[in-house]
Amino acid sequence: MAKTVRDTIKDITRHHLTNKIGKCYGQCLTAVGWVGGTLPELYEEDGMVEFSMADVAGGAIATGIALAGGRPIYVVRYQGFQWYNLASVVNYAAKSKEIWNRPSPILVRSIAMEGGVGPVAGSSHHSMAQRMPGINVVAPMTPGEYQDTYKSFMENDEPYYISEHRKSYDNDKELYDQVGSTADFSIFPISITRLEMDKLRLLAMEADIDLNIFHQVWLRPYAVQENWKIGLQNSKYGGLVTDDDYVEGTASSIANELSIASGKVVRTLGLRPRTAGFHPTVDNLPPTAEEIINKLKEIKYGV
Amino acid sequence: MERKEYLEIFNKASFCRNFENELYRNIQAKNIKFPTYMSAGQEYIPATIHTIFESRGIDTNLFIQHRGHSHYLSKGACPKQLVDELLGRKSGCAGGMGGSASIHSHEKNIFGHDGLMGSQVPIAVGHCYETRKPTIVVMGDASAEEDYVLGALGWASTKNLPILFIVEDNNLSILTEKKIRRNWNMDEVASAFKIKAFDITDSPKDINNHLKDYNFDHPLFLNINTIRKYWHSGAGTDGDYFDRFEDQKTILGNEAEEIDNINKKRVKDIWQKQLEIL
Repeated sequence: MAKTVRDTIKDITRHHLTNKIGKCYGQCLTAVGWVGGTLPELYEEDGMVEFSMADVAGGAIATGIALAGGRPIYVVRYQGFQWYNLASVVNYAAKSKEIWNRPSPILVRSIAMEGGVGPVAGSSHHSMAQRMPGINVVAPMTPGEYQDTYKSFMENDEPYYISEHRKSYDNDKELYDQVGSTADFSIFPISITRLEMDKLRLLAMEADIDLNIFHQVWLRPYAVQENWKIGLQNSKYGGLVTDDDYVEGTASSIANELSIASGKVVRTLGLRPRTAGFHPTVDNLPPTAEEIINKLKEIKYGV
Repeated sequence: MERKEYLEIFNKASFCRNFENELYRNIQAKNIKFPTYMSAGQEYIPATIHTIFESRGIDTNLFIQHRGHSHYLSKGACPKQLVDELLGRKSGCAGGMGGSASIHSHEKNIFGHDGLMGSQVPIAVGHCYETRKPTIVVMGDASAEEDYVLGALGWASTKNLPILFIVEDNNLSILTEKKIRRNWNMDEVASAFKIKAFDITDSPKDINNHLKDYNFDHPLFLNINTIRKYWHSGAGTDGDYFDRFEDQKTILGNEAEEIDNINKKRVKDIWQKQLEIL
């Protein structure tokens, strides 16, 4: 059986701790569930260190550990909690190398989920980090992508914001781009919307819509790849960026970059511009394959 | 303490005071073109603390925020690089990026500040947790009110870290007095976190009494009452006030007067020389 994202994260963490590369910090790490099963069952003496429940202080303490060369893995169980936790990561860790030539390499595991978790805990919030210089923002959804991200972290001395999604934890497959010589649209999915792409392709086939799909993993620094540009230029109706965050952030920023590079219109689809409630009738969920195909049909057929 | 030690402390304080006075003159002369945060009036705190640990051979990591010039100078970091930093030069201690508020020194283990008031406290706690080395973190009475400072105190206590928390308490946040902002005292808060904490004056004797036997074998918290001389960027002063530096100069007499005159010339020469560099 292939290794899942969950097991990959767990193995990386075990490697990080047992080889004394660094420690793992966060709130309620050793509680029931071990953060969705992504942590090995280790304790403080092994390097699994419980912080108090002080979110802002926790992020800053982790930053201080990074400044001292401790290469911390800092786990934040809900991405929305980053509104508290991320202050010192983006304002100190991301700037210390540039201002004082003192790097603060920290790997922030920022975990998204949604569905009945309300106005803060739900969805991804990588846009808050993605606008800041000095930090790498990556959204790996496959075992291979997660390994590559960790390798990159270990080869560099900058902070990394890893935008995870709990729904990816069971995934054991790599996700590959789909490119045709011509297409109606080029889709640029981010985070959990990437796992909608197989279903989207099926729906697109039924609707006689040809798609290119270019998976988006590195959100910052962002570089438009040549094949994305060509794919977009060969797409009759332009592109669409899909995200698990509000569109007025990473999705719009990436759409703008792609649009400038290709000269094509690139649209966005993400969370609706309203607060998520707890009940399913008032929740705010990322775009599904059905919602994405409806958007594409609207553009192509006007329906 | 013996007279010799008082004079050593005075020497540092005098250098700091003259540095800040010279800086003030350069602000008035418009040679400094961005906000500066002077530590004059409060220099007896860094002068005393760093003299004590130097004399005991204890090497410390130091985390400061704005109004940190006197800590930088008292710990022996390069004054020329500080002048250059205040002039926005690449040769400055923070490459011209830090200005007045975010100064640092690799050589002297002084860590710069990002501008979020009080953020140096949890960052220092994290750094201390990783290194387990004697650490000093300095904040003002306003920064101390930041919620993340309180969370950091709690964790430092829980982990029994070798860290000295210093509040330079001038009773003011800009011009808003403490009594308007809160009805509690920081030493009481630190005590509630099970940290040994004291509310003291900035007299060298008082500071020494609380540090002479401290070996960084547990966290310690000192709320030190002091009075600043200049408002931010030298925009004004608090008027008549008790001046610890002048008080000590009077007590120590002619010898202190001579030391001060030497430092005045030394500082003036440093500034002049750096200003002459194009």
